[in-house]
Amino acid sequence: MARTMAEKVWEEHVVRRADGEPDLLYIDLHLVHEVTSPQAFEGLRLAGRSVRRPDLTIATEDHNVPTQNLLAPIADPVSRKQVETLRKNCSDFGVRLHPMGDIDQGVVHVVGPQLGLTQPGMTIVCGDSHTSTHGAFGALAFGIGTSQVEHVLATQTLPLAPFKTMAVTVNGTLKPGVSAKDIILAVIAKIGTGGGQGYVIEYRGEAIESLSMEARMTVCNMSIEAGARAGMIAPDQTTFDYIRGRDHAPKGEDFDAAVEHWKSLRTDEGAVFDAEVVLDADELSPFVTWGTNPGQGVPLDASVPDPASFADSSARAAAEKALAYMDLAPGTPMREVSVDTVFLGSCTNGRIEDLRTAAEIMRGRKVADGVRMLVVPGSMRVKEQANEEGLGRVFEEAGAEWREAGCSMCLGMNPDQLKPGERSASTSNRNFEGRQGRGGRTHLVSPQVAAATAVRGTLSSPADLVSL
Amino acid sequence: MEKIDVHTGRAVPLRASNVDTDQIIPAVYLKRVSRTGFEDGLFAEWRGSDPDFVLNRPEYSGASVLVAGPDFGTGSSREHAVWALKDYGFRAVLSSRFADIFRGNSLKGGLLTILLPQEVIEKLWETVEADPGTEVTVDLVNREVRAPGVQESFELDDYTRWRLMEGLDDIALTLRHTEGIGAFEETRKRWLPVTL
Repeated sequence: MARTMAEKVWEEHVVRRADGEPDLLYIDLHLVHEVTSPQAFEGLRLAGRSVRRPDLTIATEDHNVPTQNLLAPIADPVSRKQVETLRKNCSDFGVRLHPMGDIDQGVVHVVGPQLGLTQPGMTIVCGDSHTSTHGAFGALAFGIGTSQVEHVLATQTLPLAPFKTMAVTVNGTLKPGVSAKDIILAVIAKIGTGGGQGYVIEYRGEAIESLSMEARMTVCNMSIEAGARAGMIAPDQTTFDYIRGRDHAPKGEDFDAAVEHWKSLRTDEGAVFDAEVVLDADELSPFVTWGTNPGQGVPLDASVPDPASFADSSARAAAEKALAYMDLAPGTPMREVSVDTVFLGSCTNGRIEDLRTAAEIMRGRKVADGVRMLVVPGSMRVKEQANEEGLGRVFEEAGAEWREAGCSMCLGMNPDQLKPGERSASTSNRNFEGRQGRGGRTHLVSPQVAAATAVRGTLSSPADLVSL
Repeated sequence: MEKIDVHTGRAVPLRASNVDTDQIIPAVYLKRVSRTGFEDGLFAEWRGSDPDFVLNRPEYSGASVLVAGPDFGTGSSREHAVWALKDYGFRAVLSSRFADIFRGNSLKGGLLTILLPQEVIEKLWETVEADPGTEVTVDLVNREVRAPGVQESFELDDYTRWRLMEGLDDIALTLRHTEGIGAFEETRKRWLPVTL
């Protein structure tokens, strides 16, 4: 029977199947960070258990880490203790760790792919909902809770309930200035924050196939914002070229054998998805959010919607609440919204290509008066590469702050935060109340819109900039 | 894990959709390395900034069933959201739709997340708001929610129900299949990456 890619990867990992029980799936790679792992390691200790496969496990420090003055101890004692706890746990249980200051330290979902650890057909988990990022390679990758982190550490498996499959097909070609971020924001606005619930999404179609690996990761990263369990893209030559030569990529004959296998993972002709959504890339334009969940977005050309225009009563109430929190009036053109801060970074848009795109727009321009711009590379390797390409200098000359790697302002767990009432244009993934700091107001945008907004001080696209 | 069969308690009506886990427990409370004591973080921002927020209203104090709007628990995978709800005293959350990761975490951690049609949720909101002393029963044995004027069955797969009623730990269950895991490992592709 014709099968989807997600079904093939699932089947290849079933350790045990029994009537009336969830399938027990083998996990090929377990990514660990400091926030969701301490209680899991403690659970192992209390039960006298060990890590079954430390050689399939890797840890890094990302959520709590400051992005400047790395040589100083972490100022917040609670954050410091959490990072120190990870170091002790990794040392006690024999897990490889990339700590602050290490060239491979960074946001966990940037580190895995750049090391070549993320490969097609694998099952990948992490105690972090944005694990869906790795699906860009044709891996089945999903976020788990701390109880499951402990389960994977102890057994290298997870009992998992079956999923449904959804195809999101994006036909056509993206217009200049429109990016992968705009695709995924448009998908979420279309199907809603619960639209993907219970599904593994496969993104396909001409517009998806023409994306780079970095851009594919941006799309899959935000699958969780549509409520999906995972997002996947079929591996192709773009995928193979990205993996070839990386530290942990298969070498020589193994690489050829791997590619043959990876090619077989594609969804079969005639396979049926449980749901299908179609978008036309030619119709997409830069997208921004106006509310407090990622589904509350509109094209930059549009205005803040009127809650009264929503037919559904719960959507109307949510819009009213969101506009009060965001301090926005219905009918305000999105382009007239001014920001205090621009954040370029995160597991969504902190990779080298994102920095290149933004730097190209900012080259020779200045960050607007009164606007603070933070540019935070997804990993220290990304930072190194950006510096080699002269991108760091472009940001600094524009007046932006060029920081060290970490989750930074994507979430309020480290010193990079919005103050109450401050408004940001952010390339991260969540515009929830208080996500970037207590009382902060977030507009999710692409790297292109972030860069143009930094220059103009109001939500803007590169087309709004006066040519140099 | 504690065995669960039938829980009866007073309820809190939370009339909001898309309650994300950043609202259930803000990130600043995630820096701790303990597994208990998260009750202070539960809805910390809403409790702190809005005196009328339901959990601040004395008539709902001591309630143990949260009746929430659709898409409860979206966003971050933080299991701290489940710990905070349990530490505060909640034993069950009722909603017409839960985010997958949150629901998975809750059913592993012994917090009952029960799916009910939105019209039943609305009926419960009205009943509880009219009389905050109303008791709501979540009956895992008969897979049924009961309150004055409400008797609604819910779906929960047999395996999860059995595990909750027996109070079984997933890891111990899986470790019974260690041999099978070892046999599977023998069949893995040779090129698959290792970190060490």
